[in-house]
Amino acid sequence: MSTIQDPIRTPAKAMRFGEAGLLVVFAAFAFFAIIVAAKAYTPAYAFHAYLFAAASIAAVFAIGNRYMARPAGPVPQVNADGKPNYNFDVVKFCTIAAVVWGIAGFLVGVIAALQLAFPVVNLDLPWISFGRLRPLHTSAVIFAFGGNVLIGTSFYVVQRTSHARLVGDLAPWFVVLGYNLFIVIAGTGYLLGITQGKEYAEPEWYADLFLTVVWVTYLLVFLGTILKRKEPHIYVANWFYLAFIITIAVLHLGNNASVPVSVFSPKSYILWSGVQDAMFQWWYGHNAVGFFLTAGFLALMYYFIPKRAERPVYSYRLSIVHFWALIFIYIWAGPHHLHYTALPDWAQTLGMTFSIILWMPSWGGMINGLMTLSGAWDKLRTDPIIRMMVVAVAFYGMSTFEGPMMSVKAVNSLSHYTEWTIGHVHSGALGWVAYISFGAIYCLVPWLWNKREMYSLKAVSWHFWVSTLGIVLYISSMWVAGILQGLMWRAYTQLGFLEYSFIESVEAMHPLYVIRALGGILFLSGALIMAWNIWKTITMPEAAAEQSLALAPAE
Amino acid sequence: MHETYLWLASFAQTWGLVLFVLGFLLVIAYVFWPSKTRKKEFDDAANIPLKED
Repeated sequence: MSTIQDPIRTPAKAMRFGEAGLLVVFAAFAFFAIIVAAKAYTPAYAFHAYLFAAASIAAVFAIGNRYMARPAGPVPQVNADGKPNYNFDVVKFCTIAAVVWGIAGFLVGVIAALQLAFPVVNLDLPWISFGRLRPLHTSAVIFAFGGNVLIGTSFYVVQRTSHARLVGDLAPWFVVLGYNLFIVIAGTGYLLGITQGKEYAEPEWYADLFLTVVWVTYLLVFLGTILKRKEPHIYVANWFYLAFIITIAVLHLGNNASVPVSVFSPKSYILWSGVQDAMFQWWYGHNAVGFFLTAGFLALMYYFIPKRAERPVYSYRLSIVHFWALIFIYIWAGPHHLHYTALPDWAQTLGMTFSIILWMPSWGGMINGLMTLSGAWDKLRTDPIIRMMVVAVAFYGMSTFEGPMMSVKAVNSLSHYTEWTIGHVHSGALGWVAYISFGAIYCLVPWLWNKREMYSLKAVSWHFWVSTLGIVLYISSMWVAGILQGLMWRAYTQLGFLEYSFIESVEAMHPLYVIRALGGILFLSGALIMAWNIWKTITMPEAAAEQSLALAPAE
Repeated sequence: MHETYLWLASFAQTWGLVLFVLGFLLVIAYVFWPSKTRKKEFDDAANIPLKED
């Protein structure tokens, strides 16, 4: 990439303030982490302290080497051709990281599914018992795969729709590398038995503090880029990204208000207890679904579907109503996770009511995404990438219909604690979140690596059909399993005794668990096809791209 | 403690509701107000992703 450089006034090379400052900060932090490691109460915590120390030392070397290699002067904001000098390196990193973490997360999911079907797969090892693998799976797919997709695409979209380079020189790198270090700390912690025991908020206080620093930097980079924009408008996708970033920060701080036992111990205690803690946890938990897995990925929908279909979103007005309605309503829906518990009845009813009201904005958004294709429906047949994203939006509609229905107390009395919930989550996670991410990744890879198209659109089609079959097997087996469980648990004999013992309902699950594992294996296979395709796309010479385009179905 | 709870709950159930409904109506009014300039604004904004390459 050529940059404008004035040969006469090129200043002598000096360290930028951020470079020098971060060198000092990381060096000091490495020193501090080594002290903590030496005095740690548990070996697992010492391991994490050493991990922080190693990462800090690596950061010192990376910043030093980068300084030696870079040209003098400030970062050029504009290229020689007058276009913004976009920072796409961080986006590339996130894209690759998302694919790698995605495959790891799907694989752990398959192993966990096999453990339920065949308990022998636990192998009697504590580190890979189901109880530890499950949070590893959920965090790997939501935060590692989904998080990298969100950070990567948000950095891409905010630059392209603001026509401005990402703010900050080292800050974007600190965000993506720091976030992925957090993932490593969290994931290894689960396997070693470090957890807060709160769903989707398992990492302990030190990981949470580190994530807070990373997240605030993320917010500043994103906001700074928006403030620098050359466009009068802030495109709707950026609104959704911003809501995602800000709300996750608030949720994270709220649900992790805990006091560590000691700086040398991984253990901490939350400021409140009992039903207050449960309420806080599900206010957090449901809005992690609402703002991480919904608002964030709706931003993908609002950018990548119009871009790929080459037509503007169906109704910009509807997108504004969608945004405000969604963020105002979602935040109240959390109590539906606590039906028939110690939570006051009115709070449960509130959660249920707001969940039902959520039908409106969710379906408004779905219609907006689908109708963007109006007049171009033939692309569904000819373009497997569009097909993937449109099916994602359809799954969004389906799971946002199912969710409110399950939040109705009468339905919940049957569905709660059963596999139906797992099926519902996966129709959203596999059908909506993963598919819109795959679609965005398939769009991004050729754009980022300057290729005309993916190496093989046929492989994209294969990925689509293999994983769609996997999703269908997964969610239909979990529907049957959940309703079967619910009905068996509530069945009484004429004399008023429970008709089935719990273990009988567990035995009845076996065939359905096997089908579910098969669905997971198919979904994982699809992701492996994607990884191969991305590898071939990045490494292929440009000529091959045109050839594969010529082989694509005629439009 | 109990007083604070009652006060907060009653505020949320009355004025809180009114505020939220008003806020939503404002959004609706802003979005659907028949205005040529705003329609152009929205059309321009909708086309932002399609501007580059």
